[in-house]
Amino acid sequence: MNPQPVASRKVVFLGATRGMGRALARLLAERGEVLCLLGRHAEDLARSAADLQAHGAQAVAGTALCDLEQPATFASALDEAARVLGRLELVVVSAGIFAPQEVLEHDPALTARLLAVDFTNTLLFCEEARKRLLAQGGGTLCVFSSVAGDRGRKPVALYGAAKAGLSHYLESLDHKYRAQGLRTICVKPGFVHTGMTAGLKAPPFAGEPEDVARRVLRAIDRGEPLVYAPGAWRAVMGVIRALPRHVMRRVDF
Amino acid sequence: MRAAQESRIAGWGRLSVPGRELLSEALEPLTEQAVLTRGLGRSYGDASLPPPSRREVAATPLADRILSFDEATGRLRAEAGLSLGAINQLLLPRRWCSPTLPGTQFITLGGMVAADVHDKSHHRAGSFGRHVQRLRMRVADGRILECSPTEHEDLFWATVGGMGLTGHILEVELSLQRIPSPWIWQESERVPNIDAYVEALEQAAQRWPYTVGWIDCLSRGRNLGRGVLLCGRWAEAHEAPPAAPAPKHKLTVPFELPSWALSRPTVQAFNEVYYWSHQPRRKQGLVHPESFFHPLDAVLRWNRIYGRRGFTQYQCVLPRRAGRGAARRFLELLSARGGASFLCVIKDCGEQGQGLLSFPMPGISIALDIAVRDDTQQLVDTLNELVIAEGGRIYLAKDAFTRADHFRAMERRLEAWLAVRRRWDPELRLRSALSVRLFGDPP
Repeated sequence: MNPQPVASRKVVFLGATRGMGRALARLLAERGEVLCLLGRHAEDLARSAADLQAHGAQAVAGTALCDLEQPATFASALDEAARVLGRLELVVVSAGIFAPQEVLEHDPALTARLLAVDFTNTLLFCEEARKRLLAQGGGTLCVFSSVAGDRGRKPVALYGAAKAGLSHYLESLDHKYRAQGLRTICVKPGFVHTGMTAGLKAPPFAGEPEDVARRVLRAIDRGEPLVYAPGAWRAVMGVIRALPRHVMRRVDF
Repeated sequence: MRAAQESRIAGWGRLSVPGRELLSEALEPLTEQAVLTRGLGRSYGDASLPPPSRREVAATPLADRILSFDEATGRLRAEAGLSLGAINQLLLPRRWCSPTLPGTQFITLGGMVAADVHDKSHHRAGSFGRHVQRLRMRVADGRILECSPTEHEDLFWATVGGMGLTGHILEVELSLQRIPSPWIWQESERVPNIDAYVEALEQAAQRWPYTVGWIDCLSRGRNLGRGVLLCGRWAEAHEAPPAAPAPKHKLTVPFELPSWALSRPTVQAFNEVYYWSHQPRRKQGLVHPESFFHPLDAVLRWNRIYGRRGFTQYQCVLPRRAGRGAARRFLELLSARGGASFLCVIKDCGEQGQGLLSFPMPGISIALDIAVRDDTQQLVDTLNELVIAEGGRIYLAKDAFTRADHFRAMERRLEAWLAVRRRWDPELRLRSALSVRLFGDPP
């Protein structure tokens, strides 16, 4: 049986305005959790706050500006969130950027940005969140990584490298701090139909953000440290991780 | 290596052209250069397809945020890509419903405005545009503005039913309807032929907010147009179960069926079973709102049953002044032409809305799904000639085959609509495959 969700959990959400983050934030709002939204644009945050209020009357306690490209914004955004929420119980990070490998190979500036946002700065944000959660005696940190980090693969050499580093960090964090009450959840979405993947050719097992959100919510409730979503990607990545290198060198996925 | 396949874009009838959707959560930048914006692509024909010289169409489904909802008044404002299904799921349990609930819930607010959709309550509630208060639009010159029945009203009423050709719809504000419970009380009745049917429909319309019917258009002679009439209303709180209806489980048609799957004998067999399985002749009871309003949504991708060549829906309205015999004349012509329609839906339409190209007018609406065959163009031409003679018109959201001169002959308001469109878009920057076909736009 599922453990009953704690009512009105206090949630800080970086990335609730779009894609899988939007879907997950709606589920949290419908359940009665209270959110503080972090993001880059005040107007966009206000629009998402309105949407979440329509999904759950008490859903949004506030918003704060936070930009994954500007690590200087992290501490102040989390402090503001802690102020409006009273305390932090769940921190979700679903923001990030993506670009296809061919594009990144011709654009070192974009590559530097992507590596900074998806790896370095995401870790710096998580460190700030970790300190605050531990100081309160624990909580849950749920971060969106990717199946792209599971194996060195041709189409995601750079993006995958950032996500591999992120997944690695999240696993270590879970090992190190779970005993102190900090549960770290690493979400590994496969291909999901969102604005980020619009225009890309969808592989088999492509998923919808709402399905991903339901899986992630269940993992949050249960404290599962690792979630593949859609679920079929766990098996797919199991096979891909087992393939010998000479095969990976030949295939294009 | 395989050659890269050219991507194609299609309406619900699966007739496709080269092209693709551009999706984004942010409609303002997305629509800056777009020739056309589409929603969930549920119009059957070419309304949501690009003109031949362009490949890309902006698509709204990711822009689906509710921007405000007033629980006291039912006033809702949302981004244009919010779907009716999402509104139903969120707000039916809170006893608010969309003022218009058409045959599918897989449509967006923007699409509902663009087609000025109607439903089974048209004889009472009118079409969707009547309940829309404001629109936020990007017009052809690039400006973003608000329009309403009192502000840029020419643009507003040309956009309601204007098939997305007067500007890109970014946000929609409308009034929802209060309902006593989220369940439907339904009464249904088997009716032996088309004349009895039309009479039963007219009588039911006096007593019921929602009326609709299915008819068997393959039956002939005495049985011509036999069918099942459905009437419904929202159940009162004391009649309804305490729990809100859960979303219904959906099946999916996994692949394209061969084109003989829907042939005359199979459709005939289906109709026979459907008609006689309605036992007793008259039934009543509580039903799930999805079964009542959106029965075909239970099967995802059902358009695949029409095979590779796809299908078209022919929907027309025959005006009341053409008399009760008009529906019989229509079915006799269809029957003489051997038109085999799997689905034939008949509804009552009330007053014409203010949308300049809005489809409904007082009379009877008939909708048929027709598998595309070599003679489909001739069949549509023949039906259109009858509709013109009866003083009716066709529904652009369904159409793929009507000729420009036929549309002109059935749509006296066209010049007025074209004039507004010219005022807001003199260079015809917004175009679609439909506007090229019917209005002679440059490709």
